[in-house]
Amino acid sequence: MTVPGADLDSKAVVTDAAPPHRATRREVGGVALLLCQLVLGIVIVLAWQGASGRLVDNFFISNPRDVAERLIGWTLDGSIFRHIWATVHATLMGFAIGSVGGTILGVWLGVSPFASRLLSPYLNALNALPKVALAPLFVLWFGLGIESKIALAAVLVLFLVFLNTYAGVREVDQDLIDGARLMRATRTQVITKVIIPSAMSWVFAGLKISVPYALIGAVLGEMIAANRGLGYLVQFSGAQFDTAGVFAVLIVIALLAVALNFLVEIVQHRMERWRIVSR
Amino acid sequence: MISIRNVSKTFHKGDAAVDAVRDISLDIARREIVAVIGPSGCGKSTLLNMIAGLYAPSRGQVVYKGAPVSDINTDVGYMTQKDNLLPWRSVRDNVAFPLELAGIGWAERADRADQVIQHVGLQGFETRFPNELSGGMRKRACLARMLLYGAETALLDEPFAALDAQLKLVMHGLVLRLADENSQTIVLVTHDLMEAVTLADRVLVCTRRPATLALEHRIDLKRPRDVLNIRFSSEFKDHYDALWERLRLEYEEDRV
Repeated sequence: MTVPGADLDSKAVVTDAAPPHRATRREVGGVALLLCQLVLGIVIVLAWQGASGRLVDNFFISNPRDVAERLIGWTLDGSIFRHIWATVHATLMGFAIGSVGGTILGVWLGVSPFASRLLSPYLNALNALPKVALAPLFVLWFGLGIESKIALAAVLVLFLVFLNTYAGVREVDQDLIDGARLMRATRTQVITKVIIPSAMSWVFAGLKISVPYALIGAVLGEMIAANRGLGYLVQFSGAQFDTAGVFAVLIVIALLAVALNFLVEIVQHRMERWRIVSR
Repeated sequence: MISIRNVSKTFHKGDAAVDAVRDISLDIARREIVAVIGPSGCGKSTLLNMIAGLYAPSRGQVVYKGAPVSDINTDVGYMTQKDNLLPWRSVRDNVAFPLELAGIGWAERADRADQVIQHVGLQGFETRFPNELSGGMRKRACLARMLLYGAETALLDEPFAALDAQLKLVMHGLVLRLADENSQTIVLVTHDLMEAVTLADRVLVCTRRPATLALEHRIDLKRPRDVLNIRFSSEFKDHYDALWERLRLEYEEDRV
């Protein structure tokens, strides 16, 4: 116990004794870091441009100029927006359906010991199954349209949200439930006024981690069988040996993922006060 | 009102069996205040849990107003040792919770909640959340909630343990006054002998686990009592000494 403490102390001494310019550097850290990141990005792009055609065949890694051309071309003729919208639509619908379904299933099984014991082997098996393997089935059931993508995204989200909600419901303090029942709470009141609010922070955690999975589900579904969407476009470009097109779509997907994460951060920030008081 | 008949409770944890309560019989009359006192962890809380119907006795029977307690007993207000306020609700919404469960409208329950919040001295904290309150304030919020529930019997499990000595006296006064006003029956579990003698009509001394009744002692001090000064009277001292003489043995055994 004393050794790591002493270690930490000695480190602290070193930091304190460090020359003043360290502190100055830390002050401009935010801006300097941003500059460094920008420079790194430019270096990578330049290296990519330099290597392509000289060190590595242009066929395999394309080059930033072609990728940019592709992106600009798709933006100008507007075709990319149709694909972005298809993917966003499937992601959001899948997320909505999956989170509602997962929450309901989690609460239901959480408060019904018999049902949860009855279903647990099947749910475990389903959960262990790579959900992506269900894609062909969804195509058969829902066709080539957006519905099969929504279904795949929804299934991925559903299990994540379900597992979190279920855990949250099982974690509810029995004393709170007993207290409510002693004050004549009905079963419905116990569920709506004690169990669900108490499990809420768990549900939110499940919702947060499942957002990227909704995007994964939508893109994967589009890659398997579709006529639009970013997943379709990446698959189509690959099939055409259009490496620049593949890279261009990957960049769009990455931007979309960043945008979704940003959205989640905003929502979470709004929830923060609620989460603090619900501890 | 409450009749405990040869009640024993054994907890099973894996292969181990722990006797918490052994063969206790006890009758509590309407409007009576009974204090149960004994060493920590002796099974006093278990007794309350059985009256509330949260635990079923292993042997024997708890009879409440002529009917055996077989499920949650909603005729009692139970103030548990650990406060069980809902952490996502403000003090006002917590205190008003029993009214909300009964389907009483928002305005009326806020009004009535604020009244009892004032009784327990929590005015100004109506919109705070439990994690913003001290342990003693949370206990007072629980007390306010129980008052608003208005049960004919109150089970109090070390209700004032977290309060400072002066505030404890104020709360004792409040409990006695309200018990008289609402003709409440009270079962109080405590390990504060002073508190037991101040409040109770009858004090039961429990042995160490498993709890059995070691002594039953009637406190014939008239109600209403002056909680601030009663402790200085000679009768109070006699009762206190008589109880301490027996209670001491339980702690001396502990030391050996």
